[in-house]
Amino acid sequence: MATYNTNEFRGGLKLLLDGDPCTIIENEFVKPGKGQAFNRVKLRNLKTGRVLEKTFKSGESVEAADVIDRDLQYLYNDGEFWHFMDAETFEQYQADENAVTDAVKWIRDQDVCTVTLWNGSPIAVAAPNFVVLEITETDPGLKGDTSGGGGKPATLETGAVVRVPLFIQTGEKIKVDTRTGDYVSRVKDE
Amino acid sequence: MNRGDWRPGADRAALAARATMLADLRDYFAAAGVLEVETPLACRAAGTDPQLQPMIARYEGPGAPKGLALYLQTSPEFAMKRLLAGGSGPIYQICKAFRDGEAGRYHNPEFTLLEWYRPGYDLASMVREVAVVLRRALGRSDLGLETVCYADLFERHLGLDVFKVALDELRAAALAHHVIGADGLSLDIDGWRDLLMTHLIQPQLGGDRLWFVTDYPATQAGLARVNADGCTAARFEAYYQGVELANGYHELADADEQAARFEADNCVRRSRQRRPIKVDRHLLAALEAGIPDCCGVAIGLDRVLMLRLGAQDLDAVIGFSFERC
Repeated sequence: MATYNTNEFRGGLKLLLDGDPCTIIENEFVKPGKGQAFNRVKLRNLKTGRVLEKTFKSGESVEAADVIDRDLQYLYNDGEFWHFMDAETFEQYQADENAVTDAVKWIRDQDVCTVTLWNGSPIAVAAPNFVVLEITETDPGLKGDTSGGGGKPATLETGAVVRVPLFIQTGEKIKVDTRTGDYVSRVKDE
Repeated sequence: MNRGDWRPGADRAALAARATMLADLRDYFAAAGVLEVETPLACRAAGTDPQLQPMIARYEGPGAPKGLALYLQTSPEFAMKRLLAGGSGPIYQICKAFRDGEAGRYHNPEFTLLEWYRPGYDLASMVREVAVVLRRALGRSDLGLETVCYADLFERHLGLDVFKVALDELRAAALAHHVIGADGLSLDIDGWRDLLMTHLIQPQLGGDRLWFVTDYPATQAGLARVNADGCTAARFEAYYQGVELANGYHELADADEQAARFEADNCVRRSRQRRPIKVDRHLLAALEAGIPDCCGVAIGLDRVLMLRLGAQDLDAVIGFSFERC
């Protein structure tokens, strides 16, 4: 069983807490001048995404979580699982709904996603930060409106709905920031 | 080759603020008739406090052909007390102190300490002078002063009689106040007190005033006298904006009691698998020769500067903090 001493704590370190893999967001060393030292740590539970805080006695060891991030190519969805592949080793992984969550709103076959593997299994999938997707449906906007003010909903080829400026038309491709779900720009076909 | 980030953590304004603060402190002590002194930072002996770990340096050469381990001092306390025993009168020192195992936003393993001793002062007079000095160093002459005893703080914020309750009740209080992880901690009674103090009480010591917490538990006396009640020590700490800035003692002057504390500290060290610290026999001899009845205090000047400038991390007020040296 691999462990980390509190002296090894730093942002990004992966720990196993109450059976769940967590990543350290912030590590604060707390110690009265003449007293007991503690590490007050802010972590993100990698399964639930929830942020928690936990205090450790300095010098203690905590179990490490076998968690790695891999860039994997999205292959297909079989109705229950989303399948990904390592483009170098051709090794395949299947992720369930809890792991893919919102990422499915943005990804198409062949897209490369950052997949978090815990003990070799996907627990989280992050879509690329920016994706280019085609609009399958949106109300016809007013020609000549380039102000971007107001906007209207548009449905993308993956089913996601984003707000776009009024001048954007069905059939056009747009760039979206998947972290916020915001429209970034119109993309012209080359 | 990547040569790393050579730049200092402190900007020009922070360096200038430090220089101004140090000059102003020296002016204050000169006017107050307190003598500036220097004492060795690398010594054959060191403080034994189980919660403080000295770093060890090595000297080899004339006088020590086989090499000699020297403790980098966690505070200049022992040597300054020997000066007092030698008849120095009131003295102060601004020097570096070293503490192993301490690094973070509010800790740097090497830091600047202002330490001074006032023969003839009682704890109340010392608190008043520390307030004067802190107001100057913080550049806040308007700060109020609030003195509260350790037990009252626990009563006020946690409804606990901290000297009566058992360890389990301290643990229960931590859990009731959502100190996450408290259930998994194994601490002694002072460890639990420290947890509650740092996590729940300290953040309450804010506002536009200096907080002086007095009458610490006798088990946390450090080098302070134990009060007549037997359960509290003649020790205080000063806080500003929830940050611990100063620690003061009505100094223990009894050589036998000091020797007994050294021994007890080293017992605790052994039980925690830490190396015992070589006892300072010079200090014991000086106490036996007699030091004046006095109070002493130490202020962490880097933290003071940090608060003065509104910095979020010591790194912003130290030219080259631990990570940069």
